[in-house]
Amino acid sequence: MVKRFAGWLMSTPATLLVLLLLLVPVAATIAATFGDARGPFAPYADFFGSAFRRAVLWRTIEIATITTLIALFVGFLTAFVVSRAPGRLKSILIIAAVFPLLTGVVVRSFAWLIILGKNGILNNFLLWLGVTDKPFAMLYTEGSVIVAMVYLFVPLMILTLVGVLEGIPDDLLQAASSLGATPAATFRQVVFPLAVPGLIVGAVLVFTGSFTSYATPQLLGGERQMVMGTLLYQRAMVAFDWQGASAVAAIMVVVTVSVVLGMTRIARRLNPMSS
Amino acid sequence: MKQPLHPALIAFAVVVFFFLVAPLVIILGAAVSDTTFLTFPPKGFSTRWFVKIFEMAAFRRTIVTSLEIAFLATGLALLFGLPAAYALNRYRVQLPSWLSTVFVLPILVPEIVLGFSLLKSVAVGVDMPVFATLVAGHTLIVLPYAVRVISASLSSFDFSMEEAAISLGSPPIKTFFTIVLPNVRSAVIAAFILAFITSINDVSVSLFLTGPGVSTLPIQILAHVEQFFDPVIASVSVLLMVLTVGVMAVVELTLGLTFLAK
Repeated sequence: MVKRFAGWLMSTPATLLVLLLLLVPVAATIAATFGDARGPFAPYADFFGSAFRRAVLWRTIEIATITTLIALFVGFLTAFVVSRAPGRLKSILIIAAVFPLLTGVVVRSFAWLIILGKNGILNNFLLWLGVTDKPFAMLYTEGSVIVAMVYLFVPLMILTLVGVLEGIPDDLLQAASSLGATPAATFRQVVFPLAVPGLIVGAVLVFTGSFTSYATPQLLGGERQMVMGTLLYQRAMVAFDWQGASAVAAIMVVVTVSVVLGMTRIARRLNPMSS
Repeated sequence: MKQPLHPALIAFAVVVFFFLVAPLVIILGAAVSDTTFLTFPPKGFSTRWFVKIFEMAAFRRTIVTSLEIAFLATGLALLFGLPAAYALNRYRVQLPSWLSTVFVLPILVPEIVLGFSLLKSVAVGVDMPVFATLVAGHTLIVLPYAVRVISASLSSFDFSMEEAAISLGSPPIKTFFTIVLPNVRSAVIAAFILAFITSINDVSVSLFLTGPGVSTLPIQILAHVEQFFDPVIASVSVLLMVLTVGVMAVVELTLGLTFLAK
């Protein structure tokens, strides 16, 4: 009798934890946006009625999309080199990718403050080169946020893709080249299609990660480059507009969940192994 | 024989790895600079900014709080997650398939939304003390590591070994600790480490849950950067990196780091 419920008995505490600390609070946040005294969609009307907040949503999507595309390109080529590197070198390269990943977001974003600041390394270097005679204002631009985000997410992309690329047998590449394919053609027609499921997983991780980030846009974008994460914080903790903050939170959940579900569907359809 | 890589591709990878490592070297340089402002390459050499961290009460306090929260949250996540991971594999037939999806949710839902929702429903809603709410929030976000990493390892465990021990008269609880647990030891260590690092570095959840007198190190760093731009932050960052190196050394010694790429 006990045996029949043993599985439930052991999994229930963890399930309850997720239920009470995640499902109920998040559902309450989303439900609150429909319970406004001025009507069920008032917080959304506020959000989309404000040119500033629409711009924030658009900027966040733009930053996340550009970051994802750059991370895909950089991560894929680098992961390919890593996956073909000889054993010992490969371990060193993987360590070099894991280390930044385990270093916190705040630390890694802070590094870019030192690099991109008015008296930062890059400006000093450009002055020294004589490219310019007065420092560029690089911080608090969309570009600085994107650079730091790419830095943040490239290691994740590399590690996701190395695993996938290592699964492609060397014989397959040799077969392609012995059948007359140039290295570029092999890369395009054999390696790339086989890596598509991994690329989609990586893209989902990077897009959702950068779409919902807080610390990086806060440090490198400030008030001038407000994104959904910093807007949520500003609404909740500075303006004490919890209804407005809840609407931002609900929109973030909807975007994230639709990207995850949509991309998973595409991944299933594109997977060359499944058909 | 492996196909040789195109030199341009290798050069590209070299540049990428330079891009990955250089910012961390810059922090290291800025931390030992003998100046009152952040600069690289360092001017002079001084360790005074490391001493300064421990002279500042706010940093001393938040370092201790962050470590306490990380240990408690990781411990709790293992306590909740280990039985769940075991049940998901051992009683796979008897449990519904959606159950394992439940433990992906803390990763799927944006952390900053979680932080805000916990503030509304738990910190304010049930008036939980600040420290307890922080521990609860961190336990939630590190739970997926405990469940998924251990579950992945248990999925290749042969449960007939456990049944053999039990049929030979070993009590079930004792069997779990002497037969099952030793076989997934490395997964438990990996889960512990990933969870611990995630908790120590967390910003988005802690952001909403810190309260008067109780804050975590990353939140304190963010607050400090907004007012001062001195090498203290660089030296705190180095401290965090040293912690990461220590953790990586443990992983390397127990599992091999390539484990993390799988």
